[in-house]
Amino acid sequence: MKSGVVTSEANWITTRLDDLVNWSRANSLWPMPFGTACCAIEFMATAASRYDIARFGMERQAFSPRQSDVLICAGRLPFKLAPVIRTIWDQMMQPKWCISMGACASSGGIFDNYSMVQGIDTIVPVDVYVPGCPPRPEGLLYGIMMLQKKIKGESVFDPSLRVEKLANAQGLFLEAAVVDEISEPFGNSVSQTRSA
Amino acid sequence: MPAQLSPSVAALQARFGEAVRRAEVSCGDTIVIVAQTQAHEILGWLKTEAGQQFDYLVDVTAVEYRDRERALEVVYQLWSLDRKAFLRLKIELDKRQPLAVDSIVDLWKGADWMEREVFDMFGVRFIGHPDLRRILMWENYSEGFPLRKDFPLRGRFSRAEQTRRALSNELEKHYSLEELSAREEPGFGMNG
Repeated sequence: MKSGVVTSEANWITTRLDDLVNWSRANSLWPMPFGTACCAIEFMATAASRYDIARFGMERQAFSPRQSDVLICAGRLPFKLAPVIRTIWDQMMQPKWCISMGACASSGGIFDNYSMVQGIDTIVPVDVYVPGCPPRPEGLLYGIMMLQKKIKGESVFDPSLRVEKLANAQGLFLEAAVVDEISEPFGNSVSQTRSA
Repeated sequence: MPAQLSPSVAALQARFGEAVRRAEVSCGDTIVIVAQTQAHEILGWLKTEAGQQFDYLVDVTAVEYRDRERALEVVYQLWSLDRKAFLRLKIELDKRQPLAVDSIVDLWKGADWMEREVFDMFGVRFIGHPDLRRILMWENYSEGFPLRKDFPLRGRFSRAEQTRRALSNELEKHYSLEELSAREEPGFGMNG
C-alpha cells in the first residue's frame, strides 16, 4: 500500500495541492518595494497603468512587510541600509521571495566603492536577479514571470524551502569568504585605481 | 569678465589686517583666504557688519588636493540676501597638524549638518560644535574619512568585515525619541 498523504514522495494528492497552492501564490504576489534609486522610477512605471503589474496579481504595493510576499530591491543598497533591508526581510512572513532589480542591487553595479553593498544576496537570499541599469519595465515583468515560474515549481511539502536562514556566528548570512568572493571587483572596476 | 575683487576684501583687510592672508578671483567669484585662528571672528563680522550683511550661509565644505604638500581647505560660501552678493572664505589647514577649526553653529544654525558632513568625510573637527558626529556614514563606521586622498576607494576592511559591521548596527539606537514614541501611539501601524 502507498504511504500517507504527507510524504516526501510526490503523489497525486500532493501534486494537485501543490498546483493549487502555487497557482494562488504565484498569482497574488504582493510586492514590498524597497526603492533606493533610479530603478525605483522604473518600478513605478511598471506599477503604473501602462505596464500595470496588477495584471500579474501584484494588485497592491504592500509597503508593510507583514502583508507582502516579494521584496523587490530596486536600486543600490548602501551599507547603511543593510540592517534596514534585513529587518524588513525578517519581518516579512513566509512564504516570501526576493527580486533583486538592476545591476546595483545584484552586484553593486558601478558603485564599487566604500559605501555600497556589492550585491544584496550578501544580506538577503535572492530568488530572481533582473539585469539592467535600470531594467526597463518589460525586464522587471520578465523577472516577475520568472519568479512565478519558480514558485510554480515549489512544493508545499518541501520544508527546506521555507527555512529562515539566520545570521551565523560572525553575524553574516553567508560565509565571510563567500561574501568577499561575491564582492570581488569584476569587469571595468578590476583596473580601477586604488589609492594608498 | 574682468577679474575684480569684491569690495568686501578691502574692508576685511582694513578691519583684520594680517588675518586676511590673500584674496583672489576665480570665475568672477572672490575667494578670501583667512587665518584659522580668526576665521570665526571674521565670519561673524561679515554676517552682521553694516555694508557686508552676508547673512546667508550657502555651504560649508572642504577640499583636499592631490598635492600632498598642499593644505586642506575648509570652504565657506556666503551670500548676502539684501545685497545679492557672494563671498567665498577659505581656511587652509596644515595636514601635518590635527585638523580643527572653530564651529560657526553659534552664528548660523544651518552650519550644524554641514560641519557634520565635513567632519564625516574629511575628519575636520569643529571646535564648539554641539553634536559633532557622523551624518552620512553609519554610526559604527570606523574606516576613517572617505573623501581624504589617502582613503582607498573600496574602504580599508574586507567586504565581509564591512558587511558584518553594517549588519551589527542597532537601528533602534539611531531613531529619534519622537519616532520611537510614535510607535506606541494608537493608530500607528498595525497595533493601533
